[in-house]
Amino acid sequence: MRLLEIGVFAVRGVTANKLRSTLTTLGILIGVASVILLIAVGNGASTAVQQSIAGLGTNILTISPQRGTPQSASSAKPLTVADATALADRTEAPDVKSASPVSSVAATASFQGTSYSVPQFVGTDPAYFETTNSAVANGNLFTADDVLQARKVVVLGATVATSLFPSTDPVGNAVLVNNIPFTVIGVLATKGSSGLQDSDDLAVSPLTTVQNALTGYGGLTQIVVQATSADSLPAAQAQATTILNGRHRIGAGQTADYRMLSQEQLLTARTATTDTFTVLLASVAAISLLVGGIGITNIMLVTVTERIREIGIRKAVGAPKSTILGQFLLEATMLSLFGGALGVAAGVIGSQFTIAGIKPVVVPSSVLLAFAVSALIGLFFGSYPASRAASLRPIEALRHE
Amino acid sequence: MSGPVIEVRDLRKTYGSGDTAVHALRGLNLTVGRGEYLAIMGASGSGKSTLLNILGCLDVPTSGSYLLDGIDTAEFDESRLSLLRNRKIGFVFQSFNLIPRTTALANVELPLVYAGVKRAERRERAHAALELVGLLDRAHHAPNELSGGQQQRVAIARALVTSPAMVLADEPTGNLDTASSREVLGILDRLNAIGRTVVLITHEDEVAEHASRTVRVVDGQVAEVLV
Repeated sequence: MRLLEIGVFAVRGVTANKLRSTLTTLGILIGVASVILLIAVGNGASTAVQQSIAGLGTNILTISPQRGTPQSASSAKPLTVADATALADRTEAPDVKSASPVSSVAATASFQGTSYSVPQFVGTDPAYFETTNSAVANGNLFTADDVLQARKVVVLGATVATSLFPSTDPVGNAVLVNNIPFTVIGVLATKGSSGLQDSDDLAVSPLTTVQNALTGYGGLTQIVVQATSADSLPAAQAQATTILNGRHRIGAGQTADYRMLSQEQLLTARTATTDTFTVLLASVAAISLLVGGIGITNIMLVTVTERIREIGIRKAVGAPKSTILGQFLLEATMLSLFGGALGVAAGVIGSQFTIAGIKPVVVPSSVLLAFAVSALIGLFFGSYPASRAASLRPIEALRHE
Repeated sequence: MSGPVIEVRDLRKTYGSGDTAVHALRGLNLTVGRGEYLAIMGASGSGKSTLLNILGCLDVPTSGSYLLDGIDTAEFDESRLSLLRNRKIGFVFQSFNLIPRTTALANVELPLVYAGVKRAERRERAHAALELVGLLDRAHHAPNELSGGQQQRVAIARALVTSPAMVLADEPTGNLDTASSREVLGILDRLNAIGRTVVLITHEDEVAEHASRTVRVVDGQVAEVLV
């Protein structure tokens, strides 16, 4: 019976001052929700980056010329189509599946008065599509024959296609690239952005065509090498290094005039970046948990201090300390749990929306942490001052201003 | 039990210590018999409120003995003191001290809840107490919806709802106008008439006239007894 009466007092205490109770609940709600949401955003960002890197393939080597080699700027040899052909040699490099020469340039494409700057107008061979996981969404990819004949055909990335052809089907139309007409033969499927770069913002043509019309026959921008599998990547990297060192006459101890980067290395670098990002967000979350906690502490202290007189009255009419404590503990529990539950709901609902281009992913442990910390702070600071007040002699509590 | 309700011997109360110590009570002796109506008078700072707070077990003396119904309160710990406050004493404050945002009925029921009285009986006794002070029609009003005099009558109803051995009132009419004062004093008179011990503090002679005996507290001691 006693317990029921204490419960009735606690409910009355909570509902007697609705504004105060609402503010207390709100303080806890914001504390919990912000922590859950911030950690979810950080987690979502790193998940997105990892997925997009994994989408690029893990068996890829990118070879690019090393610019500004200090001691041998003049002797540095450009990467050539012959280099690419040598790398694809079955006997010299058994672990290399293909090696695509890439010559890319920024170009302006236009169609019926609409013009668009393509940051990467890529000239390459058909193997490039498979190497970079590029699938065709509409139309066709170009063939080895197109490369041989240097046909002016182009496959557009999704971003370029929608910019130039907002309403019509691009396939079959002719676009002007730096005033040279190219026939659109296909559109690539969307790949999404990898980190800060939009991988759909490109156009791909046969290497010979691009060299003829746009870049000239100088050095290549890149050679993209595909290993036979992810496991054979280190072997492929060693074989490619041997071949290129031989062709470029680079002895032991000399700095190479090219740079070889695997997706693995890229992945490590990007992961380090997103880890930093997550740590940053986690520390912001920790600060908001601290601030939220101080807010809860504050409002609970004010609530109890304001009611020390009431505690005095209850003591004067004969309430035992345990009953008063029970009432305040119950009030603090109700407010903390209610605010915490609303906070979890707000945090989880908020995580369903895309925030600043990032799809948040809720971390279950952060929900638990935020809820537990807020509830415990609320409980402690709701009941500790009440216990202090209940220990006072009634007259001291009554005189409290 | 036929002995005195209150028996106080050499009661001392000191606030602070050393040079700044304030001696509110300096060896006070007082006996209040069963069914008596006692008025305590005295100037501000004479120690009369301190005396009443100790009599009501709201405060504890520095030294000396206080026997309530023949029991030495010095032997009581906090939890038994709260039981004593609940069962034996009804306290009426100058500033009413009702719990805000809580109806008159709930305020009057409060001591009964802590006494563990069942809901139905509680309601019945609270109604009876409110009827005694003439406020049954205001049972569901919160204190801020009542006048000062009505609030004090609710406070008296709360003090007498547990049928305590004595009702202690610390300047019950101090914050009230003449008409309200008369009502409150009338209720205390009726309480005394049905056999309750009443002790009240006042510094108005008209109020003291209601009492059967008046004592004057000067500098922490009972200085003279006015008949």
